[in-house]
Amino acid sequence: MTQLRERVTIVGASLAGYWAAETLRRDGFEGLISLIGDEDHDPYDRPPLSKKYLAGDITRDQLSLGSSEKLEALDLDLRLGQRATGLDVASQLLEVDGVKEPYDGLVLATGTRCRTLPKTDGVAGVHTLRTLDDAEAIRTAVQDGAERMVVVGAGFIGAEVASTAVNSGLAVTMVEALESPFSRVLGREMGMVLADLHRSHGVDLRTGVGVEEVLMAPTGSGGDRVVGVRLVDGTEVSTDLLVVGIGVIPNVDWLEGSGLDLNDGVVCDETCLAAPNVVAAGDVARWFNVRYGESMRVEHWDNAVQQGAHAARRLMQADAEAQPFNPVPWFWSDQYDRKIQLAGRSCPDAEVRVMTGSVDEHRFVAFYGHEGRFLGALGMNRPRHVMQSKGLLEQDASWDEALAFAAEWD
Amino acid sequence: MRVLVDYDLCESNAICMQIAPDIFEVRDDDFLYVLNETPGDERRAVLEESVQRCPKQAISLQD
Repeated sequence: MTQLRERVTIVGASLAGYWAAETLRRDGFEGLISLIGDEDHDPYDRPPLSKKYLAGDITRDQLSLGSSEKLEALDLDLRLGQRATGLDVASQLLEVDGVKEPYDGLVLATGTRCRTLPKTDGVAGVHTLRTLDDAEAIRTAVQDGAERMVVVGAGFIGAEVASTAVNSGLAVTMVEALESPFSRVLGREMGMVLADLHRSHGVDLRTGVGVEEVLMAPTGSGGDRVVGVRLVDGTEVSTDLLVVGIGVIPNVDWLEGSGLDLNDGVVCDETCLAAPNVVAAGDVARWFNVRYGESMRVEHWDNAVQQGAHAARRLMQADAEAQPFNPVPWFWSDQYDRKIQLAGRSCPDAEVRVMTGSVDEHRFVAFYGHEGRFLGALGMNRPRHVMQSKGLLEQDASWDEALAFAAEWD
Repeated sequence: MRVLVDYDLCESNAICMQIAPDIFEVRDDDFLYVLNETPGDERRAVLEESVQRCPKQAISLQD
């Protein structure tokens, strides 16, 4: 291939960064690829952290993105345990741990970090879950005999942790400030279905009530440890562990003053270009998705894989040949023995229709539609139908066309 | 080229079926079936995408 560049620097050694590097090599790029990550671990996969890894069913090695042979074959300048601390796009200088270095092409894939509850830093028993070390800490606490867990926030990470904890024999209370759990992503009606799934497995799910205060006791060694939470309605819930899943913040602080446009992420054009010679991918990228005619930031695994690949290719293309990145978002979540998948999306006043299966049995596909448009398909243990629906969404099928298609399902 | 699926890893997310429906099919029993284990080289690009986007990294290609 014609090579526009000699070197590519990728900041962020997780999913999007890894696949950016892999894609460059697969496409025949022979120049230097620097992959910089602030964690000490080789690139690894995060979805199992809240599921099989947390449950103790798989080992660290099984989390690796690609085998060690494959990683070696990529011939990367892999710089782990290093943190990008600044950028100046005008002078084309990246700063890593305070030291400036020039870049030729740059991929920004710094991801997100978890929101935390105020005044809980360093409190024993309080956890978020994003990294391998986070998962390790929760797993160790469970192995050390924790019996009760409070999960704050009924989102997908919290729900997966709750599911894994229930399977490990813990008593789990989930606290959600909104009346309808999961409604931001699934809408009210389907959010209630997921709530029902958790309740049927014994989770004490409390909705419409936020956390007023985290209750602590001295550990004896100078620190504090969580012993419970007081909710805004005054009730107290005792616990050994508190897992906080209240969303994430894009890691863009280090890009202040870089010359890039930052707005809840790194703002990119429809091709994932953020500035000349700079692309962004994964959770940190806010790009203009022409399919929807709006800018979006997507925190799904599949998006990180695809966008990492797309952004890497974009870096190697002249402006005239650049392609828009316009996927239909898709994610899956495994909770208990259910596989939940959403292709496309919901919207607050979408019409929801169950197309096949039974909501009560937690095996179904539901469609979301709005003003004649087919928006999304949610499935529980119906991967085949969700994927067919995803195909329809990619073809921009209308609501009527989608309904007609699904009418063929039994 | 041979398509290999590690069924111990596969969890039937079916993303492969959407990328290469002539090669992968997840049926109503929720199991993945490989319809063509030895596809021609013209399918390499979509198969590589299937490998890449499998959430369980359960697919591999053998030349």
